[in-house]
Amino acid sequence: MSIEKYKIVEGQVKVTYELALGRTWSHFYDCFKEGKIMGTRCRKCSRVLVPPRSFCPRCFEDMDEWVEVSDEGIIETWVYVNMPFFAQETKIPFISAQIRLDGCDSGFTHIVGGVDMSDLDKVRAAVKLGGRVKAVWSREKKGSIRDIEYFEPVK
Amino acid sequence: MKKEYRTIINDVALPYKWALGRTWTRFFDGLKEEKILGTKCLQCGKTFVPARSFCPDCFVSEMEWVEAAQEGTIVTWTLVDAEYDGQTRKPPYVIALVKLAGTDCCINHYVGGIDLSDLKKVRQKLKEGAKVKAVWSPDKKADIHDIAYFAPVR
Amino acid sequence: MGKSVAIIGTGQTRHGRRQDVCYPDLVKEAVEAALEDAGITLKDVDGVVLGTMPSMMEGVSSTHFYFAEAMGSVGKPVLKVETCGSTGQSIGHCGFFWASSGMADIVLVVGSEKMSEGDGQATMNTVFDPFFQRTFAAGAPGVFTMQSMEWMYRFKIPEDKGREAAAMISVSNHDNAMDNPHAHIRTRVTMDDVKNARIITYPVRLLDVCPASDGACAVIFASGDKAKKICKKPAWVKGIGFRGEEFFYGESDKAIWMSATEAAKEAYSQAGIKDPLKELDVAEVYNPFTYQEMIFYECFGFCPRGKAPDYVLKGTFKKGGRLPCGPSGGTLCTNPIGATGLIRMAEAALQVTGKAGARQVEGAKLALSHAMGGVDQFNGVTILGSEQ
Repeated sequence: MSIEKYKIVEGQVKVTYELALGRTWSHFYDCFKEGKIMGTRCRKCSRVLVPPRSFCPRCFEDMDEWVEVSDEGIIETWVYVNMPFFAQETKIPFISAQIRLDGCDSGFTHIVGGVDMSDLDKVRAAVKLGGRVKAVWSREKKGSIRDIEYFEPVK
Repeated sequence: MKKEYRTIINDVALPYKWALGRTWTRFFDGLKEEKILGTKCLQCGKTFVPARSFCPDCFVSEMEWVEAAQEGTIVTWTLVDAEYDGQTRKPPYVIALVKLAGTDCCINHYVGGIDLSDLKKVRQKLKEGAKVKAVWSPDKKADIHDIAYFAPVR
Repeated sequence: MGKSVAIIGTGQTRHGRRQDVCYPDLVKEAVEAALEDAGITLKDVDGVVLGTMPSMMEGVSSTHFYFAEAMGSVGKPVLKVETCGSTGQSIGHCGFFWASSGMADIVLVVGSEKMSEGDGQATMNTVFDPFFQRTFAAGAPGVFTMQSMEWMYRFKIPEDKGREAAAMISVSNHDNAMDNPHAHIRTRVTMDDVKNARIITYPVRLLDVCPASDGACAVIFASGDKAKKICKKPAWVKGIGFRGEEFFYGESDKAIWMSATEAAKEAYSQAGIKDPLKELDVAEVYNPFTYQEMIFYECFGFCPRGKAPDYVLKGTFKKGGRLPCGPSGGTLCTNPIGATGLIRMAEAALQVTGKAGARQVEGAKLALSHAMGGVDQFNGVTILGSEQ
């Protein structure tokens, strides 16, 4: 079906935000600077969650007990991303994954790196569901999610 | 209030390609030729500027093209003296609703060609019902800024 | 359930890349079609509900203002409801609530999206929080593919078998879209085409993924009494269910998906459905991704957990199968997000009223429609039937 051509106007909307981390998440990232991953434990169901929460999403109880979790864990699921979009923060291709850190009851979103990305078969050999990975920390830490460069498969 | 915890600065920028469709394409092409085009509803007889593809009152698509007058009256106005991110124009400036002669709605635009340094003078010039006339930009791009502003008619 | 409610008219645009119209005109196309189908005018409408994705998709905030004339909502009560991909089901539910409460006799529900105007995946990424997840997110494909991987891992589904079944779903949806004049993608594809298409988010390839479409859908709900008076063959709302879950992706189990399972269970209990595979005649499952569609089959009780690939490979959900899914070509071939969940409902209504044209499932009396949204977070289900 042919479509009539009319004018298209190109534009951009850019909005700047100042986003508050609040008490729990400020502390989480302060500890990142020291190379520590902290979670919070629920008083009622005793689950440990990372990112930490000020309250348990299931029990609606305060989660004010801090627990350090391991920077090593297993891959719960992963995806090889080969799709570009505007202002994408991580260069493609990359591997996004859910990592269950030892001592924690939830998956943590990050990327898996230190893997040869040139060949999909090599990626599949190195990145496995249930495979162990360990955080590779940046030398310069700024208290942000990027203080961990990526998680690397443990040989 | 004291900021107790951390904040981060985060920009969200997104690109768009907005389709004008038939009616608005023709409206903006008209501006390029220094014509303000409206559409008149064949059912209720009302004329709308900018042109509409259907009558907002009757919900019918039977509309005919008309060229609207370039003169009209100010229905309401305000002097903008506050800045915000992404603002098209640096304040102070005047925005107004202008009702073009022979049309049944108002359009949004700037009112210019007046001295904004003295609010008293501004208020004298921009009384409700004051007559204004479109002043065209020398550089036309078939957008709403092809009309530079509406200027008071003496 | 409150008082009974029926759908008395539906309207859809020609979906696809609609750069020939501005956004309000696209919306009006669907509204006009629905009014015509119901044989009513805007004067008969008591209230209007609109849904779109995050307004940032098209860069115009609060789209219910933008579409006031196109929806004929001037001078009427109007609501905007937004639940990401599940928006279309949510607004349908809202139309039901309104008519069912007795506060309105006729409610116009409109869903729309004009995805060619923005960057869909960049917009979708803003659904993730900016502190933890957004950096690593890859729009919708990233999330839904991770979920599919988790599911295959959990039920030990061999990769080749998952691939084969997903390709079959793609082929049959593309075939079905050929029968749907509204569909965006109308080309046949082969199993090899799907398996060799470009990787988007491994193992998901281009033909496992829906397009980004422009389109709108309007559905008119009426109270039972009104429906019986003015409509010869209404589609009756037999049951609705909606569930949400936690925001952080890593917190809940996506392989045995609570929100999808419970939303369907609630809708089934209202509709009195005990064995969905046997009792349903047709289903419009929200399927932007082939792999993920199989998870829905399991959550909706169409087959046991982990067995969806076997059922797909047997042809259970194909045209002419035991429970045809997506006779419209589904979300896989048309996805104007804010409209998509409502299109599922409109298609289900067309099926149970025998108005689905070339895509009609012979004699369909009971249909399921569904949509999913958020970071794998929301699921909505609506059951429509030909009998009150």
